[in-house]
Amino acid sequence: MSDERTPNLSRRQFITGAAAAVASLTVAPGVFLLKTSSASIPDSPGTKPGARWGILIDSNKCGDCNACVTACHEENGVKSLNRPRTDAQWIRKVEITDRATGHSRSLPVMCQHCEHPPCADVCPTGASFRRADGIVLVNKHTCIGCRYCMMACPYKARSFIHEPLEDQLPHAPRGKGTVESCTLCVHRIDRGERTTACVEACRKDGNGAMVFGNLNDPDSEISRRLAQYGGVAIRADLGLNPGVRYQGL
Amino acid sequence: MTTKTHFREIEGRSGGYYGLLALLVIGIGLGIIASLLKGTYGHYITGMDNQIVWGLPHVFAIFLIVAASGALNVASIASVFGRKLYKPLAPLSGLLAITLLAGGLAILVLDLGRPDRLIVAMTYYNFKSIFAWNIFLYTGFMAIVLVYLWFLMERRMNRYSTPVGYVAFVWRLILTTGTGSIFGFLVARETYDAAILAPLFIALSFSLGMAVFILTLMAACRWTNRPLGDVLIGRLKNLMGVFVAAVLYFVAVYHVTNLYATRLHDVEAFMLLHGGIYPLLFWFGFILLGSLLPLLMVFHPAWSKSRAMIASAAGLVIVGGMAQLYVIIIGGQAYPLDMFPGYDVSSTFFDGVVMAYTPSMVEFMLGIGGVALAFFLVVVALKFLRFLPENLSDEKIDPHHGGTQRSEGTETAAAGA
Repeated sequence: MSDERTPNLSRRQFITGAAAAVASLTVAPGVFLLKTSSASIPDSPGTKPGARWGILIDSNKCGDCNACVTACHEENGVKSLNRPRTDAQWIRKVEITDRATGHSRSLPVMCQHCEHPPCADVCPTGASFRRADGIVLVNKHTCIGCRYCMMACPYKARSFIHEPLEDQLPHAPRGKGTVESCTLCVHRIDRGERTTACVEACRKDGNGAMVFGNLNDPDSEISRRLAQYGGVAIRADLGLNPGVRYQGL
Repeated sequence: MTTKTHFREIEGRSGGYYGLLALLVIGIGLGIIASLLKGTYGHYITGMDNQIVWGLPHVFAIFLIVAASGALNVASIASVFGRKLYKPLAPLSGLLAITLLAGGLAILVLDLGRPDRLIVAMTYYNFKSIFAWNIFLYTGFMAIVLVYLWFLMERRMNRYSTPVGYVAFVWRLILTTGTGSIFGFLVARETYDAAILAPLFIALSFSLGMAVFILTLMAACRWTNRPLGDVLIGRLKNLMGVFVAAVLYFVAVYHVTNLYATRLHDVEAFMLLHGGIYPLLFWFGFILLGSLLPLLMVFHPAWSKSRAMIASAAGLVIVGGMAQLYVIIIGGQAYPLDMFPGYDVSSTFFDGVVMAYTPSMVEFMLGIGGVALAFFLVVVALKFLRFLPENLSDEKIDPHHGGTQRSEGTETAAAGA
């Protein structure tokens, strides 16, 4: 024991000291910096307390047009770089053909804004989250770009930004190395508007196949239509209760 | 009573040592270049895209992470199952566990879209995410194995090494369960979403970890002219054989269960029959080269006497493991999501299409970088600390080695438990 008190730092002491230093450097930020990092997000005055925003899509009315896709990508500054494999798509038209009957249809698919979103479940940092009004978003400040949410999403609704971007729009922050998807035009809702770019374009330039509204308000158009004609969820078997519903499937 | 084992640093002054070190530094350099390229140009320079979101780097990373937990088994057999024979190997086993994990984690972190946000990953946690749990499992594993190594190598602390060995063993089982569950918890994809992936990954960690350990031990002893007896190598290769068989068992149960369910027939046909590269890698890479052939090599009465044969078998187990992880990770994503059962689906976003994936040089460089980092750490650690026993000859490690044949059966059974 007493031999240890020699002035020369033994290798063993050095390693023990170094290990302790590394350990404290690793743990310290977690212990001390957590408090300062919890910046508060101001309440969004534009959304409606108690609302759950959703979209109803009538696939019988939806035709060959692409108005919703064009409008969404223009609204949010999502541009094609002519690299289909890696280009982001927040909304896409999917053609489906019944194998048994040969009957074909076309319908838009985007983030389904699930009540129980698998993307938010698997996100290690909590960057994927669901707002109180049902909108599922990615916090662009805390997304580390691990893409686990893309593995988990049953709707293939998310895109990863594969290259540097320029000229992003202030209301739709996007950046290389993070994941993104349909925001249900959250910037519009927070301004107090009650429609999304895709629904607006469908009504104006398309076939009027889409309705936006508050699923929690029984008097809203979307709720009345759902009550009258019904509506189904894609992959309803997963029990995620998505905010986007379809008719005619 | 076993005679006392002497550990000594390797000399590390030969041309061969510096040559190996230089080779590994080049490998690490390739990894750094790859991550800089990715950081500058983004992931579009890789083969990954919006459909195959995890690619070759993840195959390398998960291989290393799984092998890391398995590499600790030799130490566990000594501490937890009380087999004194393996005790001289425990420090090397712990060292490999730490370095392989470090290599794997380096790949995972450098493949993030925003590796600069590592501090975010360490300060923001969503505890419903198995990924978040894994961050604790991995860092905790490193810390526990470091303490374990300290207790093993510091004579005053030796008596505490057994309880820490228990903790490390249980922790590594949980860790590999966590790694398997990264896939097991993905409810949306047919090839994942199975609880059996967790035990499958545990079995895989046993076989891959043992294969890496055998090759490292053989190389280290050969290159430093330290005797390595047939008794030890014989035990280790038998264990590897048992673990390879265990992996085959779990893979068989996984596929037979899936084949029973009609809704999974299409995806099973894709993975096992007409999916192009994936069935090829599965049958030829994993089953034949990575399992059946090594089993024959390590259990054949005459072949298994040859060191070259045992080393080749370990190499093949590693090749097979890589093939299997490639099939699980990339094949599982290449098969399209079944959003509309009973419908043919198409879109500009590649819905309903089997996605082609060609790994890029950048991804390969990143993977090699992680492997090189792991072994760089091993090679440096062996020079500066006493990880490697001076003598592992049969007479040295087991004076009664005439009677070893008798206990071989119980040894294997205990370790496989």
